[in-house]
Amino acid sequence: MTYTAAALLGVAGAAVVDVFVLRTRLLRRRVFWATYPIIVFFQLISNGILTGRGIVRYDPDAIVGLRLVYAPVEDLLFGFALVLLTLSVWTWWGRRDRSVPG
Amino acid sequence: MRHLTYLAVLAGCLAGALWLEPALRVGVLRQWRRLLLTLAPVVAIFVVWDLLAIAAGHWSFDPAQTTGVVFPGGLPLDELLFFVVVPVCAVLGFEAVRKVGSVRRVFVGLRRAQTTTGGTAPTRPTGQTRGDR
Repeated sequence: MTYTAAALLGVAGAAVVDVFVLRTRLLRRRVFWATYPIIVFFQLISNGILTGRGIVRYDPDAIVGLRLVYAPVEDLLFGFALVLLTLSVWTWWGRRDRSVPG
Repeated sequence: MRHLTYLAVLAGCLAGALWLEPALRVGVLRQWRRLLLTLAPVVAIFVVWDLLAIAAGHWSFDPAQTTGVVFPGGLPLDELLFFVVVPVCAVLGFEAVRKVGSVRRVFVGLRRAQTTTGGTAPTRPTGQTRGDR
């Protein structure tokens, strides 16, 4: 499997968790889409340093080759999956805490 | 010093987000148990992804710019910390946006209340108590 395929699978997996498993449905909430562009902005900076300086290097055969601020576009998908899963789990625990009586 | 480069990037991320905790009182670090319960599955899943990607040769790390502490499977400590730092920053940003959004809603709500009642609280008709509406 290439990084491209893995990244697409990762996004799909995080979306399934958000919509069907934990049912936090962040993908349909404005607060998520208001937060995400801010996170992407900082991701482009930090990821740009990590990839531009060669701290992380990619196998050219594992990516499609399109790059954004030095980083392969697949990193955007990877980051999206990481952030969506994190915020979904965070929101889910928040709801559970409130449902505890007392 | 060069082997601290990856760590420096992570420190920069934290610096860019941690101020939200005291400045906006988002209460993310205060809910440290909820944060740990969030981090546990996320770190586990992405470490497995990372190990598979390293094994498949999707990416590798420059030993000169990482701490040199490497876990079995070739996962550098720096990369493990990435999966802690990025989620913490994401949650801080998310809660900050929620906080700012709710503050804005309160202000918009107040302004609407003012326009519908034709003024601020002191101009309320006399004799009306707070509980009337």
